Amino acid sequence: MILLTALPVQAAGGTVVVGSKNFEESRLLAEIFAQLIEGRTGLKVERRLGLAGTQVCFEALRTGAIDLYPEYTGTGLVTLLGEPARGSANQILNRVRSEFLARWDLWWLSPLGFENSFEVAVPAELARREGLDTLTDLARVAPRLRGGFGYEFVGREDGLLGLAKAYGLHFRQVQPMQQAIQYRAAGERRIDALDVYTTDGRLVLYNLKVLRDDRHFFPPYEAAALTRGTALRAHPEVGAALGLLGGALDADRMRALNLRLQEGHESEAVVARDALRDLGLAGAAARGKRQEGRSHGAGLLPYLWQERSALLRRTLEHLGLSALALGFGCLAAIPLGLFLERHRRPAEGVIRGLGLTQTIPSLALLAFFIPFLGVGALPAVVALWIYSLYPIVRNTFTGVRDADPRAVEAATALGMTDGQVLRLVRLPLAAPVLMAGVRTAAVLTIGTATLAAFIGAGGLGEPIVTGLQLADSRMILSGAIPAALLALLVDGVLGRVEGALRPPGLEARR
Amino acid sequence: MPVAPALEAVGVRKTYGDGTTALAGVDLAVATGETLALVGESGSGKTTLLRLWNRMVEPTSGEARVEGRAVRDLDPIELRLRIGYVPQDGGLLPHWTVFENVALVPRLLGWEPRRRRERAREMLELVGLDPGLHGERYSAELSGGQRQRAAFARALAGDAAIVLLDEPFGALDALTRQELQQQFLELKGRLGKTMTLVTHDLGEAFRLGDRIGVMRGGRLLRLDTPEEIARHPGDDYVRRLLDLRAGLDPAPIPGGASAL
Repeated sequence: MILLTALPVQAAGGTVVVGSKNFEESRLLAEIFAQLIEGRTGLKVERRLGLAGTQVCFEALRTGAIDLYPEYTGTGLVTLLGEPARGSANQILNRVRSEFLARWDLWWLSPLGFENSFEVAVPAELARREGLDTLTDLARVAPRLRGGFGYEFVGREDGLLGLAKAYGLHFRQVQPMQQAIQYRAAGERRIDALDVYTTDGRLVLYNLKVLRDDRHFFPPYEAAALTRGTALRAHPEVGAALGLLGGALDADRMRALNLRLQEGHESEAVVARDALRDLGLAGAAARGKRQEGRSHGAGLLPYLWQERSALLRRTLEHLGLSALALGFGCLAAIPLGLFLERHRRPAEGVIRGLGLTQTIPSLALLAFFIPFLGVGALPAVVALWIYSLYPIVRNTFTGVRDADPRAVEAATALGMTDGQVLRLVRLPLAAPVLMAGVRTAAVLTIGTATLAAFIGAGGLGEPIVTGLQLADSRMILSGAIPAALLALLVDGVLGRVEGALRPPGLEARR
Repeated sequence: MPVAPALEAVGVRKTYGDGTTALAGVDLAVATGETLALVGESGSGKTTLLRLWNRMVEPTSGEARVEGRAVRDLDPIELRLRIGYVPQDGGLLPHWTVFENVALVPRLLGWEPRRRRERAREMLELVGLDPGLHGERYSAELSGGQRQRAAFARALAGDAAIVLLDEPFGALDALTRQELQQQFLELKGRLGKTMTLVTHDLGEAFRLGDRIGVMRGGRLLRLDTPEEIARHPGDDYVRRLLDLRAGLDPAPIPGGASAL
């Protein structure tokens, strides 16, 4: 653990860490911030894009794991401050500015110039047939309709919860789903209504009609960089650079940029570079080459080949995360298993307790550590470590306990000390069972490590998470296939180790 | 001053946590160089008694002594390294070769590898195994008789003056058992070890023991030479045992014990 805490989590010296949420506009804005800072200051930028939602992003910012990320004033007011969504755009901005400053020393920089708001859309054909124009109209027919809404929207007071109160809007069925999938689902008429936002570029493409918010339920949200005061004081040039974006992006431009990401399948690096160039803000050193255009249309294999260097880096990250977790898992779990075998009374309880960790949803466990450990590799390794414990402890315990009792008894009676019995008899005899536990833990860890990308730890989950957000199956596969192969490979290698550790003489008994 | 017996039990009792009494007060002594055969049915306490001497079992009261010293005052590891032990099924370590198994105690005593190997070779030859043929084998590759021979070699390898044997021939087929008993008798004469052997087979006890201790219900019913016991059973249960052995139609044994 000492080694782990030494991992760089905090932004060091000349580095600024930019985060984003897990949808296109947030990623794009973050990339614009990042390139602007890189171009206009001497600072290095570390990107933690695609963090799983508002809470994860905010906790990461509050704890200093990231220095800034794009946020919306209305989200700040309703979701983060827990206040009702009322007031003009300006009133909301002033409110969040003063509160965030006082509570957390977090600064809302100049709004970027476009108002963004939630809206509800329905397929145009449905709107025509049912004569739907406003949300009041929708409330009338909603009990017959299926809604498909983003995960956050379903649970937010300024989302579906508030809508139900303001309009009496109740659907026959509500399906929470990824934003990128909602459009496709609506296009295929598997859902009848979905949440969209003002700057979404896809409204036109999918033939959707945005319903008028006739009771002015949705407050206007402005996008801005939410930034740590400490980072601004340490690097005043960051504030200055980001200030250039104040009022620079209007809703039309954002829609066009978003569409290039959403449907053009271009990388946010390329789109951000173009946006900055169009704004006349392109820096001397705009580094757009991190993720060159995701040449669409090519097959999976050419795509994997094209992405090979990123793939290699992610594979190594993935292996690193898993290996650290598994290594510490073995260091903790094998001694614990041995200890429990000696102290049988608490053993079953302790092992059952550890078994419960397996039932915690992976993402929840990952998110649980963010308030204490921030985002990135550290909380990911800790969470994966916890997952790895159970199979190893269980198998160590069982393996040593059930090691040929006659051999153990004879060895003791002939004068071996407890330590010698353990080292020379029980552990070698338990080795196959113990290694089976390590293998289980390894496969489990490598699989779960794909989720680490949700909290910015990188690895092969990165393209999976991004691909999910962009509904890009090729990108998802470019993470999922190597992750599966990695699990198989590691299982195979550990299988060989298990074979090598299997005491000779046990084979013949079969 | 009389020489202390090699093995001694003084008023030993053993009651387990669940209330079962394994030993209900036993006194006996085994002289140096003597072979004592403890015979009795399962649960008679014979194995418990045996295991008192290498401190695999601690008595509830009373005292087990080895060469005149109370075992509770001795370090159990040092004590066990001085006492050979042969369990019923051989108890060979399945992941070690026969050589390694036989060299176990020398290894624990810190002998040089070369000397260990030499010793193992000697011991295997002594018990009638071919070191070249069987030395590199694992327990699973041996017959039951070979396993017991290897276990016996292992018990002798550390040059222990005392050997405890817990039903060493119990799991063998009749022919092999007879063969091993024969060899045991030869070795016994040659080596002059003090041995205590537990068996449920009265015939075996008569063949191998210099003296026989008959146990039942945690008590020692008789302790005498085979000849004396045959001549004067002295106890109803012992008489019935003898009748059984002689193939006579036995009267039912009081207490409900069936044939051994």
